[in-house]
Order: sequence, then structure tokens, then C-alpha cells
Amino acid sequence: MTLFLRAYLALIVGFIFLPIVVSMAFSFNDARFPTLPLSGFTTIWYETIFADPDFWRAAKNSLIVSGCTCVIATFLGFCTAYTDYRYSFRGKSLFLAIILLPPTIPLIIIALAMLAWFSRVGMSGQVVSIIAAHTVLTAPFAMAIIRLRLSQIDESLEAAAWNLGASEWRAMREVILPFCKPAILSSLFLTAAVSFDEFTVSWFVSGLNKTLPVHVLEIVQGTIDPQVNAIGTLVFGVSITLVVISQLLIFFRLQKAAS
Amino acid sequence: MRSRLNLYALTFRLPIIVWQALFFIGPLIFVVAMSFFVVKNYRMVETFELESWAKMVSRDYVWSAYRYTLLMAGSAAALATLLAFPAAWFLAFRCSARTRQLVILFLIIPFFTSYLVRTFSWYTILAEAGVLNGAFGLFGLGPYKMLNTAFGTLTGYLTLVLPLVLILQTVTMANIDDRLIQAARNLGCSPARTIRTVILPAGKTGFVIAALFAFILSFGDFVAPFYLGGSNPPTMPILIIDTTKAGQQWPRAAVVAVMMMLTLFVIAFSAIMYAYRKRASR
Repeated sequence: MTLFLRAYLALIVGFIFLPIVVSMAFSFNDARFPTLPLSGFTTIWYETIFADPDFWRAAKNSLIVSGCTCVIATFLGFCTAYTDYRYSFRGKSLFLAIILLPPTIPLIIIALAMLAWFSRVGMSGQVVSIIAAHTVLTAPFAMAIIRLRLSQIDESLEAAAWNLGASEWRAMREVILPFCKPAILSSLFLTAAVSFDEFTVSWFVSGLNKTLPVHVLEIVQGTIDPQVNAIGTLVFGVSITLVVISQLLIFFRLQKAAS
Repeated sequence: MRSRLNLYALTFRLPIIVWQALFFIGPLIFVVAMSFFVVKNYRMVETFELESWAKMVSRDYVWSAYRYTLLMAGSAAALATLLAFPAAWFLAFRCSARTRQLVILFLIIPFFTSYLVRTFSWYTILAEAGVLNGAFGLFGLGPYKMLNTAFGTLTGYLTLVLPLVLILQTVTMANIDDRLIQAARNLGCSPARTIRTVILPAGKTGFVIAALFAFILSFGDFVAPFYLGGSNPPTMPILIIDTTKAGQQWPRAAVVAVMMMLTLFVIAFSAIMYAYRKRASR
């Protein structure tokens, strides 16, 4: 029974990881159309994308977008988490809802809403519009991570700082912020990773300022092109590095909390 | 704590309210309003007319897309729930806490690989001359038609939702009070009966929420039905893309979006009511 269940678990995990593994394998395969058995090894797909100015332009946009998004989203997430931690006031659940709700609405609807709204207020097709949209999408993740950290703080720490004559601002700077630092860093990496992979909203609002996933989307629409596997593998490398750093920060934080 | 309102407190509240109003509430309200706008001479006119609603609601293809999307998203949620359960049960009850944590950590990875690239990868795996048929060919089987079918769409949906459902179910079951399960076993309950009478009721909230997430994600996804299902028949998200990108008929796309939002609202509300009902009465 245990053996059977172990095999079943392996099967499910295998299903989840099959496309990732296949994509990586075929990014080095020299057949135009990916199939089994594998043919020769090549790096031509990587060379193709590196020689493509569109790729570099999209990569630059992606870096700008996720770089700005992670800072703003983490700031928003921190403010919400701190407000939730410290204050109770009328309409607080509404306040929390407006920042936590976006992930429950399908991206395609948010994408259409953003497209229409940005073109109405004269912000359409700019890198700034993608950033604004992505901050709304990723701030809830930042809020969750930082709120979790704040729930571990000893509430009397901040009060002690006030009693010793620190202003609220100083207590924030010298007690709350240092305590939240690992969560803030972790949130920066995580929101950057989410933003780096997002394509639905980017596709709708980006106009000519394509990000990397939108670039992929447009290649995929045309033909079967193993370039996509190469870009996918590269993007995977970037995202996973960000996530691993983020996870390590959380992990060490938990280790510290445990000891 | 104190709820005195001062500059300090406002610093942490106002930016979010302003930002979310500008970039979240504003767009959402606008898309609802836009469903009442009309397009005249290729320009959108801001008014309040039911023209787009009348047009979309009277079309058969909208309703068949609607039914198909509900069916497919429902199937994806049901399939993911059933497929994940044995694996989650194994992780929750037959693995050490350390193994469980490691597997969960591992299962988080897919969330940060591009879903688009994974779908493209499935495309090459499922294609007529693709990886899977290539493998079948080695045994003299196939080729089977897997792309541009409901099977293709469901494969894509499951890629999207299975890791999430598996994680949520595992966490749900790992958090069930161990004494309940011990008691059931001591009273001579078989594992199957323990699942039915102890685990399912105790973890109801978690299971329903996991299935709800699976439904919401599949319902709003355009990638799987577009690339793996061949848009045939189209789903609601594909209707939005077609009417926005090709037809410039934004108000009609807005109608589809509002229909989707209302549907999700009703389903999420009933699911959450159902998930928490028993808890409250206990």
C-alpha cells in the first residue's frame, strides 16, 4: 500500500514537472520539431535568442518592470501589514479587502479592466502602466509575508521603545523595520519573481513595450519554435534564483525563530 | 490597540487607499461601466445603454461558451481534487514532517516557472508528431490525437492547479487533530472509513477552498483552452481576447467579463458558505 502510494505521489509530481523538464531538455535539442527520440545536442536556440534585439529589449523591459514592481509592492504590502498588525478601526476589513482581493479575480478580467482604464486616463501602452498593474497583483503576497513576520514580534517591544522616549517614527525605524528585514527582503524577491512571469495583464497593457513573457506569447502564437524552450529555461533560471533566495530568507528566519 | 488617527497612522494607510483606488477599484468599476458603453464609428462612446448586453445575451455562441467554460473548469476542479487526494493523504499521514516540508517546497517551484512555457512544452509533448506520440511509436502505438481536444485543455488546467490543490490538501490534512484519527483507529475504523467519517468532515473547509481555487484559476485561464484545446469550442476568456484584440468591441468584452465576475462571485460565495457551515454550528 505504502509502495503504491509512493509511486502514485511520484506520478503526480512527475506530471507537474514533466513540462518543465521537457522544455529544458528540448532547449538543447537540434530538431526543429521536438519529438522522441532526442536528436543531437545544440546551443543554436540560445544563440538565436541572444542575437535577437527583440529579446534584449523585452528582457530589459522585464527587468525594469519587476525591479520597480517589487519595491512598490513591498512598500504597499508593508504598510498594509503594519496597519493590520497595529491598528483596529472601522472599515478595516474593507481596507484589507481592497489590497487582498486582486488574486481572486481572473487575470483576464483585470487585464481588460486595466487596458480600458489606462487608455481612458491616458496611460496606455507604457512601461509605467505594466508596473502599476503588477504592483496591484503582487502586493497581497508582500502583505502576507510581512504580516506573518509581524505576528512573531513581541508587541511590548514597540511600546517599550515609546516609553523610553522614542517617537513612533523612531520606533518604526529602530524596532519594527529591523525586525521585518528578512521578510521585506523575501517579499522583494518573491514579488519580483511573480511580476517577471506575469503575461496576461502585460500582454493587454504593454502596447509596444513588450516584456519577456509577452515576447514568448507572440512567438508561440506564430509557430512551434524551440526558441521558446530556451527563453523558458533562461526565465526559469532567473525566477528560481529569486525564489530560492526568498525561500532561504524565510527558512533562516524560521530557524532563528525556532532556536 | 489605540486607534488614534495621526500623521503616522495615515502614512501607512493613505498610500494604499489611493493606489488601490487608482489601479484596482477604478479599473474594476470602469469595466462594469464599460459594458454599458456603445461603439459608434469605431469609437467608444460613454453612455448608459443596454446595447452590448442585449447583443451578447441573445447570441447562442456566448451561452455555449459559458456552459463549456463552466463544465471544463468544474471538471478541472473535480479532477484535481480527486487526483491530488491520495498523494496528499500519503504526504499528510505516511510521511515525516520533514519530508512533507521538502515536498511542499518542491511543489512551490512550478508557480515560478512560466505557465506559458509549460503550456508550450505540453504542446510539443501532446502534438501529433510530439514527444508522447514519439514514445508511443517506439512501442508501435498511436499516434493519438491529444491536441485541440478537451483532454488537451484539461491537461493544461491541471498543470496550473494541481500543485496548488495538492499543497492545500496536504496542509489541511496535516493540520487535522491527530487524536481524532488515533481514536478512529483504536475503535477499529478501517483507513477508508476513517477518511469518510473523520478526515473528510474535519478537513472540509480546506478541501472546498482548494477546489474553489482550482475552479477560479481554470475558469479565468485562456492559455490552456487556446493552445491545447485549440479554441474549439472557445471559452469565456477567449471570447474576451477575441472581442478585444480583433474586434475592438471593448464593451462586448466587458459584458463577458462582468458575466464571469458575477458567476465567480456566486460560486465563490456558495462554496465558502458551504465550507464554513458546519464549523459554525458545532
